Formats: sequence, structure tokens, C-alpha cells
Amino acid sequence: MIEFLQQLINGLAQGSIYALIALGYTMVFGVLRFINFAHGDVFMLGAFAGLYTAPSLLKLCGGGPSFPGAAAVLLAAMLICAVIGILIEKLCYRPLRDRPRLTVLITAIGVSLFLENAGQYAFGADPQSFPEIITDRALEIPESWGALSALTLTVGQLLVFGVTFFLLIGLRAIVRHTRTGMAMRALSFNPVAASLMGVNTDVVISFTFGLGSALAGAAGILTSIQQPSIDPLMGINIGLKAFVAAVLGGIGNIPGAALGGILIGLLEALVVGYINPSYRDAIVFGVLILILLVKPSGLLGKPEREKV
Amino acid sequence: MAMLRSLLVAGALTLLIPNPNAAAAEEIPIGEYASLTGGSASFGQSSHKGTELAVEEINAAGGVLGKKLKLITEDDQSQAGQPATIVRKLISQDKVVAVLGEVASSKSLEAAPICQQNKIPMITPASTNPKVTEVGDYIFRICFIDPFQGTVMAKFARSKGWKKIAVLTDVKQDYSVGLAEFFVKDFTANGGEIVRDQKYSTGDKDFKPQLTSIKAARPDAIFIPGYYAEVALIAKQARLLGLKVPLLGGDGWVGDSLLKVAGHSLDGSFFSCHFSADEQSPDTRNFVAKFKAKHGEIPDDMAALGYDSAMILADAIRRAGTTDSAKLRDAIAATTHHDGITGNITLDSARNASKPAVILTVGNGGFQFVETVAP
Repeated sequence: MIEFLQQLINGLAQGSIYALIALGYTMVFGVLRFINFAHGDVFMLGAFAGLYTAPSLLKLCGGGPSFPGAAAVLLAAMLICAVIGILIEKLCYRPLRDRPRLTVLITAIGVSLFLENAGQYAFGADPQSFPEIITDRALEIPESWGALSALTLTVGQLLVFGVTFFLLIGLRAIVRHTRTGMAMRALSFNPVAASLMGVNTDVVISFTFGLGSALAGAAGILTSIQQPSIDPLMGINIGLKAFVAAVLGGIGNIPGAALGGILIGLLEALVVGYINPSYRDAIVFGVLILILLVKPSGLLGKPEREKV
Repeated sequence: MAMLRSLLVAGALTLLIPNPNAAAAEEIPIGEYASLTGGSASFGQSSHKGTELAVEEINAAGGVLGKKLKLITEDDQSQAGQPATIVRKLISQDKVVAVLGEVASSKSLEAAPICQQNKIPMITPASTNPKVTEVGDYIFRICFIDPFQGTVMAKFARSKGWKKIAVLTDVKQDYSVGLAEFFVKDFTANGGEIVRDQKYSTGDKDFKPQLTSIKAARPDAIFIPGYYAEVALIAKQARLLGLKVPLLGGDGWVGDSLLKVAGHSLDGSFFSCHFSADEQSPDTRNFVAKFKAKHGEIPDDMAALGYDSAMILADAIRRAGTTDSAKLRDAIAATTHHDGITGNITLDSARNASKPAVILTVGNGGFQFVETVAP
């Protein structure tokens, strides 16, 4: 029983990471109706942004690993990733906005390959160790909790839960209660009508890319705290899993992406723990096929009618 | 037709250009291919430094057969496809009499068929996969092979009195699967119990699910025959989950980033390896001193193996009395009780080295010698 609960904690932590990345896929799909396959690589750039900014930011916050230091690195990585995301859209996708959607999709694959290979050139192909920005240790669970005290919850995991929860609430507030959020929703509902109503499409699309990329950057730092070994190809697999999560939850649907991410994380932990780790990826991608066959709109997505 | 003619002219021209190596008959050309740059550069750099030191020493002592050895080194950039190309170049252009290399089994497997076809002896310093020397009778290795390493660690675990072991294998690496297979075989045949058999793939970063399952089985130790990049993360996450038992592994653990990533998580763990700079035999101390003087660093096992591979080749040329490839091959095959830095090396009929392994432990931010295990 303890083992099962522990697997749930493990899965929830990994799933939160998928959720953060899946949100970026889903938001971009919402406004532009295409899959930004370079999104997983933005996650990788977030980790490297942390690697390069950590030494000076930690010094600024008093030296060694600390909570304010970690927060500063997290914010810096989110900011850098937001800028990168906006630049990618401006340089690569915007010139193609009126072209067939397939053209943009193929460009996205090109951008992804470019970031991976330029990353190997700039950062080196070898895995690098990520600096300790906060000490990841197991938290003591008091004896008074009985059998539950055998559970292990690490600082890194707690941080992942906390930051993910906070970012999800923040995102919901932005989308629901700000003018830009309203513009985003309007754009995803009907781009032509939105621009006729005076919505500045370019600004809203840039904002969406910035927001999604910042979340990926946060995921990059949260992952690197727990798994302090980063390399330029670390975004490929995790990006694909997050994409599956976005489709599972219903692509274009924000709560759906969060739900999908957490479900994929839990599924992975249980497959690895109780079935066979070799089947982990097969089962996750099997879920993608299954959901596309049974409910293509995803768990929370509404079926979209093609207008003729 | 015009193209054919220009090809013929080009061919004739190359015949006219004198081969620079043929002119220097005072030297014996020896080829070396290694990963000097790219992903496995730390392996290649080490073995190359060792080889270089050996050749320098041989030449300082007057060379072999009255001639100096000329080491021609090519970088395969850690890339698949490169070893085949550069070994072809070494054989056809540089006319090397023998080839030394590679560390990684996959690279050695690429170059071996080419050496075999051209009947040029190849000695790999550190490829432990059994398939490498199975390519043909011109392919040799001076390190032990995976089955031996797996068995050594099983013996060691038993000698520590551990009864219950969990195994965590990298299913993407033949190396890891091979070590695990022979570890399990020996350990269970002698009354031990494998309480969990968990798996992961190269490139994985999150091992908490596997480790949670292993923790529930309460093993005395965990055998992780993987490569250093993943092992470091596994160790870190195991300690976080409260798994305090020793971890066991093989020579794949030795890598630059192992302790940088793992920190103190690996303290008290053990792994098998080819060589230890801490071993107090006079030969080892002498080698470590010379290596430090030349390269300014302490040699690791790849450096020691690179050194031994060049020494064994030089010794074989001396015994053959010629660089004729068939006679040289026979001389290498006849290597017995060569007193190398990595132990007493005898090549068996399958052209593999039968030699001892050393077991190292991790502590104080480095590796410490524990014991030598004879085959």
C-alpha cells in the first residue's frame, strides 16, 4: 500500500512537469491551430538558462542553495524562455501565417531540429550537471502519521507541486480575468471575428507564445532540480509525452492539458512500478492512438464541427 | 568515356607521387583510432594519452627491431560511421602494420571487419563486449569481457554476505544486459536471491518508480551495471527515497561527470574496473608517476589499458622479428603472462585477455582500491 502511494507521489510529480509543458502546446493550438513541435526544446533551453544564470543569481541571493535563489533562477529561466518563444514565433511562424497549416507544422519540426543541434553545438553534447539551486532532500514525515511516515516526499517534489499549482491558478486568472486573456479566448473562438472586433492578433499570439514558453522554462528548472543532469536533447522525449498529454486532455483545452499531463505521469509511474519499464513509452503512445480512435477531441475537449 | 580517362590519369598520378611513409623505412607505422572529441571523448582522450606514453617509452629505449614506432592517430569524433572510414585510411594510405582502438564496443565492431579483411591485426584496449573478437582471428583485446565482470561482482556480493540483491539494467545497452545476465546467473546459482529485476533505458532521467519498487523489496544491495550518466542520477534519487544500501556496478561507471552529478550519493558503493591508480604495486606507482609527469593528471583505467595495448603490440613485433602481418598476428596471439599495468595478461584461444579485475569503492570524493579479483 505504501509502495502504491509512493508511486502515486512519483507519478504526480512527473505528471505536473508534463502538465506545464502540455499547456504550451494547447495554448498555441488554441490561437493558431497548429502544433508547435519546438516546444519541448524550449523546455530544454529553460534548463540551460538556469545552468548559466544560476551562479550569478545565487551569489546575488546570498551564495549557496536557497529558496530565494531558486525562485530567482526560476523567474530568470521563465523570462528567457518567454523571449525565446516570442522570437521563434516572430521569426519562423509569423511569415508563414497565411500559408497552409502543414507548412507551419513542418517549419516547427525544422525549428525543433535546429534548436537541438544548435544546442549541441553551443552547450556541448555531453550531459552537464545542473547546479544545486535548492537542496533536494527527503522531508521528514512525522511518526504520528503512522504507516504513512514510511512515505518519501522530497523538497523537489513539493516544489513541483507548489509551483505547478500556483502557475495553473495564475494562468487561469490571466485567461479568465484579463483583457489579453479575453482576446486569447476570442482569437481561439473565431480569429476573423476577433480581429474585426479590434483584437490585435499579432500581440495576442506573441503573448500566447511567451506565456506557454515561460511555463516550459519553469518545467525545465523544476525537472533539473530533481534530475540534475541536463543535455541538449532532453526536450525530445518529454516534449512528445507532453504532446500526448495535451491530446489526451483535449488539445486547445487548458484544464484538459493539466489533467492530461497528470494522468500520463501517473500512468507512467504505475507501468514502470508494476508492469515493465520497457513498455512505458509504448503504453503512453498507445494511449495517444486510443484517444484519437475513441474520442479525438480528448477527455475535456468539445467536439469541433468542421464548417463547410 | 572522358570521365574514365580522367580517372585513369588520376590513378596514374597517384602512383607517381612517392608515399611519404614508404620513404621513412626507419619507422614502423602503427595506427590508432579513438574518440578524441564528441560524446565519449573522455574515454578516447584517456586511452590515447596512455598509448602515446607507451610509444614514447618504447622509442626512448631504442624502438623495436632497430626501428622507431610511429603512432598515427585519427579522431573518430565519437560518431558512428567514422571508425570504418578512418581505419580504411590508416590501412590503405598510412600502411600501418597494426591498429589500436577503440574503447566503445560499438566503434570497435565497426572497424574490426575492415582490419580482418585486410589482415591487419587490431588490438582493442577496452571493448568488453564478447562480439568484438568474434569478428575474426586478427582481432584481439587486452581487457576482460562482460561475462567475467558480471561474475566478479556476484562473487564480491557473496563475499560481503549479501543474500538479497535487486538488479537495475539499462535495456538499451548490450553491455548492461550482458553484465546483469552473468551477475544473476552466478549469484542465484550460489544460493543468492534476486528480489527485484528492474529496467531503464539510456537517456532516462526519472528513476523514482523503479527505485520505489526496489525499496519495497528491501534488498541488501543493488546491482546497476549501467553507464555513468544514468548511474549518477539513479544514486542521487535512491538516496532521496531513503534507499541506503550499497550500489554495485561495472567499468561503465568511470566517467568525468559521475561524481559531479552524484555528489556523495555513491559513497560506500562498489564497482569492478580494470585498473586502480591507488594500487600499491611498484609497476602501478611507476606508471602513475610517469603518466603524471607527462600529462599532469592521474591515469584512469582507459589510460592504463591504452598503455598496455601499445606495449603488447611492441612486444609482439619484437617476438615476431618482422612486421609481416601473418607472423605478427601469431605473435600477438601467443602473448602469455605479459606483465602489464592492468595485470598479468594472457590471451586465450578466443583472443580475449584472461586477467584480474580490481574492485573500487567510492568515498572522499574519489575512488579507492578495495581488492583484486583473479579470473
